[in-house]
Amino acid sequence: MATAVISTLDPKSRAAARGMSDIAIRNLFIVPTILFLIVFNIFPLLYSLGYSFTDFRASTNAPANFVGLQNYRELLNDPYIWNNFVVTAKYVIVSVVGQVIVGFGTAMLLNRDIPFKGLITTLLLLPMMLSMAVVGLFWKLLYDPSWGVINWALGLGKFQWLGDPDMALYAVAITDIWMWAPFVMLLSLAGLSAVPKHLYEAAAIDRAGPLYTFFRITLPLVAPILMIAIIFRTMEAFKTFDLAYVLSTQPSTEVISIRLYKMAFQEWQTGRSCALAYIVLIMVLAITNIYVKYLNKVKER
Amino acid sequence: MRKSVASVLAGIGMALACSTSVHAQDKQLTIFWAEWDPANYLQELGNEYEKETGVKVVVETTPWADFQTKAFTEFNAKGSAYDLVVGDSQWLGAASEGGHYVDLTDFVKENKVNEKMAEATVKYYAEYPGGSGKYWSIPAEGDAVGWAYRKDWFEDPKEMEAFKAKYGYDLAPPKTFKELTDIAEFFNRPDQNRYGIAIYTQNQYDGLAMGVENALFSYGAELGDYGTYKVDGIVNSDKAVAALENYRKLFGFTPPGWTNAFFVENNQAITEGLAAMSMNYFAFLPSLLNESTNPYAKNTGFFANPAGPGGDQYAALGGQGISVVSYSNNKEEAMKFLKWFIQDDTQKKWADLGGYTCNKAVLESEAFQNATPYNKAFYETMFKVKDFWAVPEYAELLQQLNQRVYPYVVNGQGSAKEVLDALAGDWDGTFKKYGRVK
Repeated sequence: MATAVISTLDPKSRAAARGMSDIAIRNLFIVPTILFLIVFNIFPLLYSLGYSFTDFRASTNAPANFVGLQNYRELLNDPYIWNNFVVTAKYVIVSVVGQVIVGFGTAMLLNRDIPFKGLITTLLLLPMMLSMAVVGLFWKLLYDPSWGVINWALGLGKFQWLGDPDMALYAVAITDIWMWAPFVMLLSLAGLSAVPKHLYEAAAIDRAGPLYTFFRITLPLVAPILMIAIIFRTMEAFKTFDLAYVLSTQPSTEVISIRLYKMAFQEWQTGRSCALAYIVLIMVLAITNIYVKYLNKVKER
Repeated sequence: MRKSVASVLAGIGMALACSTSVHAQDKQLTIFWAEWDPANYLQELGNEYEKETGVKVVVETTPWADFQTKAFTEFNAKGSAYDLVVGDSQWLGAASEGGHYVDLTDFVKENKVNEKMAEATVKYYAEYPGGSGKYWSIPAEGDAVGWAYRKDWFEDPKEMEAFKAKYGYDLAPPKTFKELTDIAEFFNRPDQNRYGIAIYTQNQYDGLAMGVENALFSYGAELGDYGTYKVDGIVNSDKAVAALENYRKLFGFTPPGWTNAFFVENNQAITEGLAAMSMNYFAFLPSLLNESTNPYAKNTGFFANPAGPGGDQYAALGGQGISVVSYSNNKEEAMKFLKWFIQDDTQKKWADLGGYTCNKAVLESEAFQNATPYNKAFYETMFKVKDFWAVPEYAELLQQLNQRVYPYVVNGQGSAKEVLDALAGDWDGTFKKYGRVK
């Protein structure tokens, strides 16, 4: 189907009138895109793979020496790096689960006839439109034990959201949930409104309970689109940098991208940071692939 | 089709015309620095230079958080965007070995810069490797860590009486770390929303390191031997352990959540009326005297970093030297600017504008020392400062220090001895990796 669209040109079209062939049209559109991808994506990807096997430092003029797998070996033996991965995994799980629960719950609440539905939905989407760094700075003030609004409103006294090493990661995740739950809500809402009404009517006639209806009708039908939201959020959470960097300096919130940033741009260990970036890339690819497999399965149902 | 080709050509022509007209303009020097008040003062000084010579000086700035990254990205790309850069003292190793800075040894010797400026500033802002007699910068903005305190709390007769009863000596700006710790403990009253002290704890770059250094150096300890790169037995010496234990103790008297604090937060500790004393770079102290930013401006006093138990008194060095970028297209003009910058008259103007000059004559003058409440503390400090490692891999050393020291100071994990022993091992490993020790 898709190939048919590309290869046949409407004989009455202006392009055909100019004597341009199908191939010419195809090249006109595809070649620049491919070139762009090669220059800005594929080439740096391969180039950095090469660097990951060297001791190259971008801050010096010294030539790069080939060191084989040394960077990978040392990184995977570094307990601090492992800690960064554990922190990242915890963060991804807490943040994505939180976003799905809050986002899907809000969508369920909004998926009915209520006054000002459009306005409420738009207002709920606002956090998503802010810049990550700005959100981080604001929440840092909100969490502040001495003058923050959160402790004052909740009557928590001097509770240290970001100062307590065990709480800091959850505090960052809460901010991320606040910011991105609306994204899950938006996609869930689209999925929910696409569920045919007659299914609910049939369930009502059969006297199915609300839980049964939810697990047998709503959830299976929304699942594919919810999975897409989860894939996006997982990839994003894995790459989180700004929020965690701005909010907290506790080692318990040092996600892998912060370590990577420091290694690449403060320490200028270019070769080693390329290796770390590759390890992260492989992990994200693997996790995304598992999700996509699962997504296809869900769709087949 | 032809029309569109013509318009594209016209566009290109316009772009070229614009760019050539920029080139045709009068000569311009671009100086890169971080975004803070001294950069504005430097711009004003640059305007004076333009009046005298017709050469335009533009000071370009970027926030502190990405100053290092942006500067080195430009250096690594061999970019000519900046003619001069006012770079941190720790950069000297990386920038000189990387070939990013122009060698200023001859310039320094010809113009006797090493005699005109305070010794410590020449040693730490300009010379690399230490003791080699090779210079890469001209001391520009002197800076070190000093302290601000609440005069009204210190001079309250009731407090003075209570303090004397408890500790057996008069309440006054501390002269030693013991007094500093006593006073911090004395004023730490969480139930009144008052705390003893604000110290640096941020571990993203050099915040925590600068704070710890103040205790370490005054306790008579060192980070290592800067000549031989020996660290074991030095950075984990008994003096260093005692200093770090004291720093951890001080952390107990900080406001709640003081786990990510650097210069902004430490000034807030004073402006929000949270702490009795607060450590900060001198460069950030002027805003504490401004009544529009600090409601307690009239009641804020200043003192130099106190001495340790052995009587040693040092402070962690901040501040920057100004260097010529190797890839600049205006190196000659840049040198002319430096020549003008180091003149005594210019240095005096620089100090009058608010810049922290490193010029000995100006620093020693009565006029300078009495110009502000903190100038005298600054003058006292600038002759006893010490700095972090300046080797090209300093950022790795910083990272290792942050990884080891932060959990101890802030979260109380491990002991000072364990932490510093581990740090000595880490640093030794790094120096071996770069072939500095066998």
